[in-house]
Amino acid sequence: MAIALRTPADDVRAALTEAKGEQRDRLFRWLLASALATTLGILVVLLVGVTRNGFSVIADRGLDFVTSPLSLDPARAGLWQGVVGSLQIVFTVALVSFPLGIGAAVYLEEYAGAGRLTRWITVSIQNLAGVPSVVYGILGFTIFVRFFGPITGGTSVITAGLTLSALALPVVIIASVEAIRAVPMELRNASYGVGATRWEVIREQVLPYAAPGILTGTVLALLRAAGEAAPLFLVGAITGFFSTGDSSLVERLRGDFTALPMIIFNWAKQPGAEFRSLTSAAIIVLLTVLMAVNMVAIVLRNRYEKRRRG
Amino acid sequence: MRNDGEGDREGFRCAFEVEVPYWDAEDFRYETIGINTTRGGAMSMLSPKNRSVSAGGIPSSGQTEGPTLRREETTVIERDPSAAHSHEAVFELRDVAVAYGTAVAVEGVDLDIREREITAFIGPSGCGKSTVLRVLNRMNDLIDSARVTGDVHYHGVDLYDPAVSPVEVRRRIGMVFQKPTPFPKSIYDNVAFGPRVVTGNRRAKFDELVEKSLRESALWDEVKDRLQDSALGLSGGQQQRLSIARALATQPDVLLMDEPCSSLDPIATGRIEELMEDIKAKYTIVIVTHNMQQAARVSDRTAFFTTVTSETDALSTDDHSDRRTGHLVEYDQTATIFANPSDRRTEQYITGRVG
Repeated sequence: MAIALRTPADDVRAALTEAKGEQRDRLFRWLLASALATTLGILVVLLVGVTRNGFSVIADRGLDFVTSPLSLDPARAGLWQGVVGSLQIVFTVALVSFPLGIGAAVYLEEYAGAGRLTRWITVSIQNLAGVPSVVYGILGFTIFVRFFGPITGGTSVITAGLTLSALALPVVIIASVEAIRAVPMELRNASYGVGATRWEVIREQVLPYAAPGILTGTVLALLRAAGEAAPLFLVGAITGFFSTGDSSLVERLRGDFTALPMIIFNWAKQPGAEFRSLTSAAIIVLLTVLMAVNMVAIVLRNRYEKRRRG
Repeated sequence: MRNDGEGDREGFRCAFEVEVPYWDAEDFRYETIGINTTRGGAMSMLSPKNRSVSAGGIPSSGQTEGPTLRREETTVIERDPSAAHSHEAVFELRDVAVAYGTAVAVEGVDLDIREREITAFIGPSGCGKSTVLRVLNRMNDLIDSARVTGDVHYHGVDLYDPAVSPVEVRRRIGMVFQKPTPFPKSIYDNVAFGPRVVTGNRRAKFDELVEKSLRESALWDEVKDRLQDSALGLSGGQQQRLSIARALATQPDVLLMDEPCSSLDPIATGRIEELMEDIKAKYTIVIVTHNMQQAARVSDRTAFFTTVTSETDALSTDDHSDRRTGHLVEYDQTATIFANPSDRRTEQYITGRVG
């Protein structure tokens, strides 16, 4: 009887309500969401753990914890040399790796032909980005401490900055190459079409258009470098106590130094609950510094993006 | 600055007299080229002295400045006496071929493009018409694998002479592309881009020139109150007219248009065609188009290209489908091409039986 009553509309309805594809669609949606949730979960665990251990130190001592010098006494130990060192290093890395990296990327994309050599160089740079940071430490020790010692002052902020610049460079180049590659060919052609030279096209069209992408990639590289500890061991960051005395800033650039990741590493090795709290507090400070740097980058990026949209 | 322009014109007359022997003595079209140079004089008003700008391939003052088009290179006329060199011709192409790597895109092109006419290139996809267009202002230089052979003369000057700067060439031979490409800048800055690049002054004001160019491209009335707004806010047709204004702002001698209307609706297309008619008195225009009606409507002369599969390639085991090569089939008055074509392939194409 049901067969007798079945109309063409029923067939169409059955076909239209078939939802095999949609089920799969929902499944993927959940898979992707859980990937995100896992990532966030890890981050939350890290932040909660660090905050629970370290917040008391920051709450008790406030800014004093940041501005006090290093000390073996957990009640007086501060981060000042580390904060200064890290900022100096970040500044050096930005100063060295941005122009070099963006310059290299512009050359690779805009000037170098699409030949085998260019491809080989690009792949090599990508491989360099995967080299462990310790290896860069060895490189830094050999080149900047030993060879250029008279200039860099041996184990110094300059050495550390240059070493971490080498570490950041491949990432800066890759990110910039990708951003430059995303600039529409039509923009370039239209500029060449009115008689712009290559450099004018790069300056007026390519770099402004690629700026947000370049900024995102390069700042990620910068933050990565700022959080590195391993290479700093090899180029002689101080892990114990040291005094900068009343030396000038320039002298300090060539003198003893440390950085926040080094202090964190050092304190984490110390026995006792006080140092465990100090470690966590130092991590909070480091994260805050990194976030501040990132914030500046985001503001800049938004500005460029607005300009790109006209 | 205005005086400089006058001075340049004076300079041109001198140069002209000195160099007469290089030119065909019975040439009576010199006046025309003189007009060109007058525009070149206007051009030089834009340019500070350190940057040499002159139109028509004639240096405005001396030959000491950087890589400009030089008259001396017209000696090629003597090299090739058999060719019919009419000085009405802005471009003279002889046996021009373009290859991308090993693939020959187009070959054997002989073509004279006349001054202050609209020349249309038509033909099916892959026939090499855009490639030939890009030969005319050396845009192919930007493609690594592209090689151009044969003779390309612009006002008698070998465009591919090593001494000729492609940048200077493109300043005189402007180009409008298929896709409207407004720069992510204000409308004003878009139009002023060319003059700024030519003068090397990134912040210079070119109010008059911007207005003139926008008027020529029939966009002025629509944008005059919002010159500082972003060009990205314009409609597609407006953006394309802006691209034309931008190309005109460098005061070129020739305007190359590569399917300028293919992404526009009929109304916007109509406006562009009107503006082409309007500016034709001042510029030599070459337009590539897929639209045969458009070619018939706007152009004075039409070149029909098509693809030919060469025999050696047909036998080759290479499976590339791009082994077809473009050829120029027929080139004549547009009326003749459409009413009475001499080649069967042209007839088939324009009647819609092929392509």
